[in-house]
Amino acid sequence: MSEHISSSKLYVGIWATLMVLTVLTASVAFIDLGPFNTVVALVIATCKALLVVLFFMHVKYASEKLTKMVIISAVFWLLILLFLSLADYSTRAIGHA
Amino acid sequence: MASPAITAEREHYLNTDYGIRSWLFTTDHKRIALLYLVTITLFFFIGGFFALLIRLELLTPAGDLVQADTYNKLFTMHGQVMVFFFLIPSIPAVLGNFLIPMMVGAKDLAFPRINLLSWYVLVVAGILMLHCIITGGADTGWTFYTPFSTAFSNTKVIEAGLAIFIAGFSSILTGLNFVVTIHRMRAPGLTWSRLPLFVWSMYATSIIQLLGTPVLAITLLLVVFERAFNLGIFDPTRGGDPLLFQHLFWFYSHPAVYIMILPSMGVVSEIIPCFSRKRVFGYSAVALSSIAIAVFGFLVWAHHMFVAGISLYSAMIFSILSYLVAVPSAIKVFNWTATMFKGSLRFNTPMLYAVGFIGLFTMGGLTGLFLAALGIDVHVTDTYFVIAHFHYIMVGGAVMGYLGGLHYWWPKISGRMYPEWLGKFAALTVFLGFNLTFFPQFILGYLGMPRRYWQYPPEFQVLNVFSTAGSTILAVGYVLPMIYFLWSMRYGKVADANPWGAAGLEWKTASPPPTSNFEETPVVTWEAYNYDEIPAPEEVPVAG
Amino acid sequence: MEQQRNAASLGMWVFLGTEIMFFGGMFLAYLVYRYWYYNEFAAGSRSIDVVLGTVNTAVLICSSLTVALGVKAAQLGKRKTLVTLLLVTILFGLAFLGIKGKEWYDKFEEHHVPGTSFSAQDIIDKYPQIPIEPAPTQIYFSLYFAMTGLHALHMIIGIGIFCFLTYYAWKGRYTPEYHTPIEIGGLYWHFVDIVWIYLFPLLYLIDRKPLK
Repeated sequence: MSEHISSSKLYVGIWATLMVLTVLTASVAFIDLGPFNTVVALVIATCKALLVVLFFMHVKYASEKLTKMVIISAVFWLLILLFLSLADYSTRAIGHA
Repeated sequence: MASPAITAEREHYLNTDYGIRSWLFTTDHKRIALLYLVTITLFFFIGGFFALLIRLELLTPAGDLVQADTYNKLFTMHGQVMVFFFLIPSIPAVLGNFLIPMMVGAKDLAFPRINLLSWYVLVVAGILMLHCIITGGADTGWTFYTPFSTAFSNTKVIEAGLAIFIAGFSSILTGLNFVVTIHRMRAPGLTWSRLPLFVWSMYATSIIQLLGTPVLAITLLLVVFERAFNLGIFDPTRGGDPLLFQHLFWFYSHPAVYIMILPSMGVVSEIIPCFSRKRVFGYSAVALSSIAIAVFGFLVWAHHMFVAGISLYSAMIFSILSYLVAVPSAIKVFNWTATMFKGSLRFNTPMLYAVGFIGLFTMGGLTGLFLAALGIDVHVTDTYFVIAHFHYIMVGGAVMGYLGGLHYWWPKISGRMYPEWLGKFAALTVFLGFNLTFFPQFILGYLGMPRRYWQYPPEFQVLNVFSTAGSTILAVGYVLPMIYFLWSMRYGKVADANPWGAAGLEWKTASPPPTSNFEETPVVTWEAYNYDEIPAPEEVPVAG
Repeated sequence: MEQQRNAASLGMWVFLGTEIMFFGGMFLAYLVYRYWYYNEFAAGSRSIDVVLGTVNTAVLICSSLTVALGVKAAQLGKRKTLVTLLLVTILFGLAFLGIKGKEWYDKFEEHHVPGTSFSAQDIIDKYPQIPIEPAPTQIYFSLYFAMTGLHALHMIIGIGIFCFLTYYAWKGRYTPEYHTPIEIGGLYWHFVDIVWIYLFPLLYLIDRKPLK
């Protein structure tokens, strides 16, 4: 982690953005977007998570590539668990009634 | 010829402080390694005891030694203890802890107190496991399949599950320590491409421990909750999917087998070049294949579920991936063999174990490919073929690697040589006993004998008798090193810093090492395995 | 010292990586069962309080702000500011737990806690437009309690850690040269916040569309 010191204004700005996104995601849930409700919700959640990771957790200013590697690896591994398992669940019905 | 006790002149990590407090509150990675050694040896004997009972029951076709329910508990406890309290910690917590700081030229691991904590966590888990065993144990198999484990078994599933859950944290903390140490604490000049392959293997192992064990943790926790609170997540009568448990369980437990084998491969990668007096053939290939095994190992788990009810299409995907994961292991075997080719071979005890490893691991690995083929797997799954396969890898591979490593680094750990002829004898005993125990099981499985059955049709008896006979020989082979290692601590020939003429930073410091490992931080200017520069020892070291 | 800080930071990030996999197992269970039992999940999601959930999300975001500002105070050596911010963070954390406790209490009252007294009848009655079965609805609630419970446990541990940090900060242990525990404690807290950022839409916002 670098010793870069962010400005308090930046932190408050990120905070405000997060609050807006929270209200947004809660409100959009009440609008019928069909299957896109889930997509929108997850996209907003990921944006919020990224803001926390990059700014509150200083990853944007991290001089260490390793930190980013650790995060990306963990997320990637989680996706392996989710997607390869889904490969089973989503294909079970093929060939069956 | 008795040598004087170690408490001679020089101060080192063993004699720097005496008393139980200096051991129980140590942060010295070398002492912690020995604490682990004692702990896992105890569990090895407990797991081995259950194995002997199993083999005793299987001497005769009838179920005449124990009741069926008891037999279920025996193989369950054998598996749980051996996997989680012996194999998973073994090389990482003993040899890894002892050697990694020295191999990277550091005074200790990155987080010495977390290292000690990881031992205490294992001890707490072990006590809980022992209590579980003494009060009846679980009977679900080490695999805890639902809904039997969650809804039907009336044994101590919760306690066993919690014990293993806690043990998992020990594994995670060890892996965390190693990753940070290897990244951050290498000596000046020690680039990644100059690291010993043992360190590469341990790094790959640590990645698996870090990414896989948490999934086992949550899975066991869900089983415990389901059982305690009657939830229904895995109960098919309430909409749950038992296969979800299996996906989650095997997501960890398949990579777990690579946690168990990669360290042994690392040991073999150290022993072979030393006793061939040659550089490792294809250093980069071996190093990268360790990482490849760690990564690919996470992509194959459902090959344990081919007949459980997963879709045929996902079965095909997992089958192909399982073939791919064999490739990096094969690369290692080729490279070890090529290292030995035209080398100046010496067959000391460590080398016997290493060469034995190569042969037995290859057999175990190849039979894994049998199992990865869907058509064959349908017939041999849940038979003794599978049992033989994984014991070839776990015992013929991992345990032999562990024993080889113990012998190889024993002079460094204890400052003494073990008796060489006894070492060779024990190694050959292990090899013979092992093959006699487990080879017949391949045949038994192919002929159709199911696993986890406490009685069997009479036509299988002859092979079972061979197997049981082999297990007693194997037991002798395991007990011998316990005895002569202890003997050597008092009476073994005093070892100098580098009795094998080996490459590696750990051999540049005294045997046993001082607490801070090195008098001053080494600066590395040479490549790994520079056996062309290191003179071979004048004589083969033997204890008087 | 720099190497130690570096190592500690890397260690915490690696640990957080393991936590991603730890929670990840339950995300798989959630994924599978939501795929199988969408209606039950939708109905169950409607029965939990979206207002309280949104408020709790806001509470955690506020706490992340105070943590980030606290780290900055430590970097600048402002002891009193640091202590105040840490205390406020703990208060936010306790507020979160309090609200969560109220939500759980409501579930208990409504017989939505999995187990022998579970009953989905009120949900079935309330949403006749969504055809559901009782048993899979229980699975939704099992996952709800498991996931929010595990998250709450991590919050409790986080509050505990921050109590220690506050005490040592008050004692003046942290300086611009050495405030590693604040940094890595902060990383942990932010991670727990991020888990909630995902739990919120996945548990509370599955299906809130107006029903015909």
